[in-house]
Amino acid sequence: MQPLILTFQLALVVTAILFVLGVPLAYWIAFSRNRFKYVVETLVSMPLVLPPTVIGFYLLIVFSPQYFLGHFLQSFLGLRVVFSFTGLVIGSVLFSLPFMVNPIKAGLQNFPSALREASYCLGKSTWETLRRVILPNIKPALLTGIVMAFAHTIGEFGVVLMIGGNIPGETRLASIAIYNEVEALNYDTAGLYALILVAISFSILLIFYYLNRKPLKIF
Amino acid sequence: MMIKIRIKREMHTPLGKEWLDLDLNIAKGEFVTLYGESGAGKTTFLRILAGLTQPQEGFIEVDGEIWFDSRKRINLPIQQRKTGFVFQENSLFPHMTVRENLEYALPRRQAGCSDKQEHGIIEEWIVTMGLKGLEDQKPDKISGGQKQRVALVRALISRPKILLLDEPLSDLDIRSRLDLQDEIIKVYQKTKITTILVSHDLSEVFKLSKKIFVIDRGKITKSGSPQEVFVNNDLSGKFKFTGEIIEIHKDGVINILTLSIGNNVTRVVASDEEIADLTIGSKVIVAAKAFNPLILKAR
Repeated sequence: MQPLILTFQLALVVTAILFVLGVPLAYWIAFSRNRFKYVVETLVSMPLVLPPTVIGFYLLIVFSPQYFLGHFLQSFLGLRVVFSFTGLVIGSVLFSLPFMVNPIKAGLQNFPSALREASYCLGKSTWETLRRVILPNIKPALLTGIVMAFAHTIGEFGVVLMIGGNIPGETRLASIAIYNEVEALNYDTAGLYALILVAISFSILLIFYYLNRKPLKIF
Repeated sequence: MMIKIRIKREMHTPLGKEWLDLDLNIAKGEFVTLYGESGAGKTTFLRILAGLTQPQEGFIEVDGEIWFDSRKRINLPIQQRKTGFVFQENSLFPHMTVRENLEYALPRRQAGCSDKQEHGIIEEWIVTMGLKGLEDQKPDKISGGQKQRVALVRALISRPKILLLDEPLSDLDIRSRLDLQDEIIKVYQKTKITTILVSHDLSEVFKLSKKIFVIDRGKITKSGSPQEVFVNNDLSGKFKFTGEIIEIHKDGVINILTLSIGNNVTRVVASDEEIADLTIGSKVIVAAKAFNPLILKAR
């Protein structure tokens, strides 16, 4: 059971971080006129096209205690990122970033600009407008981001294996545990994990699509 | 003079690049209309005034306060300009009821102004504008005319210095349009707020405003009262009215036109020839040439 619990802990933490990070980032990409935003937009979507092992590899290098950042974190803050839960969180946040940011960005871009402008003309700040006018009207997009980020984190393998390794109770997630059990020829245990993952992912997506059955209602 | 505007901005129109180049003054409490074809720059002008669009260069002063000055690099944010902007399209917040939309517009609580007083203001507007009974409806449950009425009240509740109406009636059917025109007159008489209306509807212009600026391809070509600007002086009629056709009804060999002129709906007889290029919604001038009116003492 431990790998499954760990998987859900990771997915919850990662989704929460991504939501806090994703809304402002999506807002900036959607509305900024800064010409570097396309670079940021591209970087956000890189995990969609790169093999997970590539991201895992770079993270491993960057956070390895042999190099500057990893060394700094370990010697000054006592924080070890590689082969730890923290590492899993960092890797998963980066890897699931487009799944949170892209739906929210689309929701913001499709939101009628007259409503935003009407709110500004009424003297309301951008923050108040975002909180009281925009976010309540793009709930389907927010929900899509949350569900996709959560489900995608559960399904990860490459990144988490590279940066987290396979430490029981610390970094051994369900997806890694399955691989492990197959290697050890424990097909029954592997099959149980696999079945549970399928059932849970299926349920999450089914509930999501059922809730979202109405067309995106903006008006 | 209350509002002084001198601005320049490049516009991209279907005809190519044009310069919006305007220089005009509007007195406090005046109701003026900007009239022109679509693409002439009317909406851009309102957006520049509200701060939603930036001009390339120029100067905007409202009530002694500088809102924009390209030379001094002053550009007051939209929020601080606080213009009551009524958009052409529906701009009510769909997740809020009519009342919540209005409450949202309340300015941040001022000292000495209680919750009760603020809600009194909203309640009063709801009654004045005939919105009683709709307060708890969401915008998608009310008609287009009602939506624009709520949008108008919402703009006023934020206590703006100027009211900017960007063709708020153009998407409405003729009946609601006429009603809302009356409401706009009512609001203006009640508040005496400086109002700038953008319109390309002649009968609306005649009915609502005393002063009009005609914009053509980014420039003001004429200004004055609607009569001065529009009424064709070649026509030596003594009685002239501008109106809009509401209905064309063929009755035997003649046609009966129902017209909306000013605040009235009236019927006139017209020949087939006269109505050849007229349709419902056409703007017409009704004039009488040889005309001996009966003068009766009013009782």
